[in-house]
Amino acid sequence: MDELMLDGNAVAGLLQEVFAVEMTTATGLCGGCGATNAIGALHVFRGAGVVLRCPHCDNALMKIVTDSGRVWIALSGMKTVELHA
Amino acid sequence: MAGTAVLGRLTWQVAEVVDVVTETPRVKTIVFDVPGWAGHRAGQHVDVRLTAEDGYQAQRSYSIASAPNGTRVELTVERLDDGEVSLYLTDELRPGDQIELRGPVGGYFVWEPSQGGPLLLVAGGSGVVPLMAMVRARAAAGSHADTRLVLSSRSWENVIYRDELERLEGGGLRVVHTLTRSQPADWTGYARRIDAEMLAEIGPEPSEEPRGYVCGPTPFVEAVAEALVQLGHDPRTIRTERFGATGG
Repeated sequence: MDELMLDGNAVAGLLQEVFAVEMTTATGLCGGCGATNAIGALHVFRGAGVVLRCPHCDNALMKIVTDSGRVWIALSGMKTVELHA
Repeated sequence: MAGTAVLGRLTWQVAEVVDVVTETPRVKTIVFDVPGWAGHRAGQHVDVRLTAEDGYQAQRSYSIASAPNGTRVELTVERLDDGEVSLYLTDELRPGDQIELRGPVGGYFVWEPSQGGPLLLVAGGSGVVPLMAMVRARAAAGSHADTRLVLSSRSWENVIYRDELERLEGGGLRVVHTLTRSQPADWTGYARRIDAEMLAEIGPEPSEEPRGYVCGPTPFVEAVAEALVQLGHDPRTIRTERFGATGG
């Protein structure tokens, strides 16, 4: 267990900035173990950017790095994202 | 990012401090007036942005402590000795000062009175903040939903919202304290970390299908969530929110 770990709730603002909709209630399907989780329940690690990991298998689902005026998003670990209206 | 047409839904707003309330030796509530505030739901956050004279910016996410109430937004902030944002918020801000914030954001760790109960709210230290928003929203709505708030604090002096919780108790709300480091001489309550036995005593039973909200430092949240699942609660009914030492 990592004390520096947060969860998806802590990056709700960043996610909404990137995706322009509320994302913590969206569900993501992990490409590693197949678990579905609310984005708010994903484990979040901050470094040069933000990494969101599957709480079941630690697979990196989403990586976001922001710079002034630019944003890089990698969704390589996530099979699908389901948004709820 | 902010300010473009597509992303205009989340913009930085100026918030003015109208009051600063000392909750405990390390915790303060800052009451803001945010003109044009569109309202929020209990459990939602705001992002706070501070800008130094040289342009350096620091940004943090804080849970909203207050129930929806016009343009008033309250944040309860714990002072972290090495926290560049929390030190400014707790030590420097005075009525009349302005900061930037945006929100409300989040929707996962949220409860609305219309969802009803029973509710099981479990907090470690300042993890009580979003749960207090729920307790206050419940009271404001006149809800009598069965609500049990379990609050773990280091000592009686460190219990955030102590007096208000005492006033709000009853009418379906039960508040249970556990004091983990030191207790008053006449203390008869819990004096240990929250565990499965304690949660079983407090209830509600898993068969009552309470909505669980657990908020605190990561090790606290992991331990409580694990204990609840061990007692037979459905993991899908337990929502968690972690805050870490990176809070600052």
